[in-house]
Amino acid sequence: MTGAPVVELVGVSKRFGGTAGAVDALSGIDLRIDRGDFVSLIGPSGCGKSTLLRIVGDLIAPTTGNVTVNGKPAARARLDRDYGMVFQVPVLFDWRTVQKNVELPLEIIGSPKSERAAKASAMLALVELSAFAGHRPWQLSGGMQQRVAIARALALDPAILLMDEPFGALDEMTRERMNIELLRIWQRTGTTVIFVTHSIPEAVFLSTRVAVMSARPGRITHLIDIDLPRERNVETRETERYFELVTEVREALRAGEAPVGDGGPASARVRAEGIAG
Amino acid sequence: MSVALPEPPRRTAAAWVGSGIRDWLPAAAVFAGFLAFWELLVVVFQIKQFILPGPLAIAAAWRAELPALWSATTYTVTEILAGLAIGVTAGILAGVLTARFVALRESLMPFAIAANSVPILAFAPIFNNWFGIANPLSKAMIAAVLCFFPVMINTVRGLISVQPAALELMRSYAAGEMEVFRRVRVPNALPFVFTALRLATTLATIGAVVGEYFGAPKVSLGQYVATSFGYLSVENAWAAIVFTAAIGITLYLLVVLLERLVMPWYTAQAQVT
Repeated sequence: MTGAPVVELVGVSKRFGGTAGAVDALSGIDLRIDRGDFVSLIGPSGCGKSTLLRIVGDLIAPTTGNVTVNGKPAARARLDRDYGMVFQVPVLFDWRTVQKNVELPLEIIGSPKSERAAKASAMLALVELSAFAGHRPWQLSGGMQQRVAIARALALDPAILLMDEPFGALDEMTRERMNIELLRIWQRTGTTVIFVTHSIPEAVFLSTRVAVMSARPGRITHLIDIDLPRERNVETRETERYFELVTEVREALRAGEAPVGDGGPASARVRAEGIAG
Repeated sequence: MSVALPEPPRRTAAAWVGSGIRDWLPAAAVFAGFLAFWELLVVVFQIKQFILPGPLAIAAAWRAELPALWSATTYTVTEILAGLAIGVTAGILAGVLTARFVALRESLMPFAIAANSVPILAFAPIFNNWFGIANPLSKAMIAAVLCFFPVMINTVRGLISVQPAALELMRSYAAGEMEVFRRVRVPNALPFVFTALRLATTLATIGAVVGEYFGAPKVSLGQYVATSFGYLSVENAWAAIVFTAAIGITLYLLVVLLERLVMPWYTAQAQVT
């Protein structure tokens, strides 16, 4: 994939002020994401990966640095509704049916009723939940609720899908099924995805690239290209190359954990910047 | 992914009434047993009428006094409804404003808490003085003051206690503050407000009747109870008390019914989960 990047982060840092002193959540983040990419952010708790996702989505402002999305500032991109967001909790509204939950963003942009219904139905068909359009969210299992959230996030045909540990609360079996579902949806829509996760297998299985992060301050220590074929299925998880990549990500994470001062993270960062630039 | 799911609850009217009877039967049986025990107690221990009349005596007084009781009830119900309307409207408005403007919350809350801590005993003479003893508005205002606080507090809580992710979601759609209010905060607040409304019906009933005790036209339940006790026709007073309780229960049930109409999703969810 070539051409203008969908997302470009240059020198992004985030410092949270507090009574107990300021905390550097992110520092020196440079990242370029091309159209159709699937980039996972992985790292230990507190490495700022969710913060980074929120900075891309203009839910949090960076302390320094620039975020460009589709060639414009992130704030502009948000106002243009270039984002679809999926959180760890599905955030579905109980007072709306499944169908009406998916229609919510379309209502906000004021699209006509018939158009709303048609688009929401199409999105529910995409996540294979058409039969549940009339149900209430609480009548669905956790995995199904998360699929409704994905349908809602895609309802405005966003340029970029931001996912914050969307399958973190699901059991392992459901999570693996959801991974295959998500890949199918990604291939069908061609959306660019940024995906925050704790899970190494999940990151490797889903992504075209994995950004490995370290904590305090959060920075991208490694950018690992996942050169598995784009068509992936259950067998992909059993291939030699998949295991190698899982190991590579695991070792990158371990290198990031090394105590500050031994030069590990710093030298790794040089490498990451080399790839990103 | 196949998951066995309950069908969305759709029940016929007959089934609804049927299950209603099943639900209420134990309560009705307990109530009947209680009345029988009461009567037995009065007969066996020969309790004097002016200390505790038996249910049969009360029922007789009820029949004899029905016209007078009925007009007293209509008068008092008017006060209660007016009080509810004023108190609930003011409570919701104050709740919305204080939820929206944090500065207002901090400056208004002490007054609301202060107003809530003043006993009716103090309010009743003041409002009788302001609005006139014969004016139903004086009692309605007492009822309103009692309703105001719980309604306001619950409205604020309902509007504020929104999932943070829901707000982030709305922000990611560049939704304006009015959109967030209409589509997220108000529906989120409804269960809280209805809880307050249930409480408000009881409080308004107490407020109006106690307010009447401090002075009101003869044709009011509070005065009826006061005069009946004055003449030692205690069974009449008890008959009026039964009416008062009936008002409270009816209003409460009306709120429950309204709740089912306005938030069917909430009731259905409560039945399943």
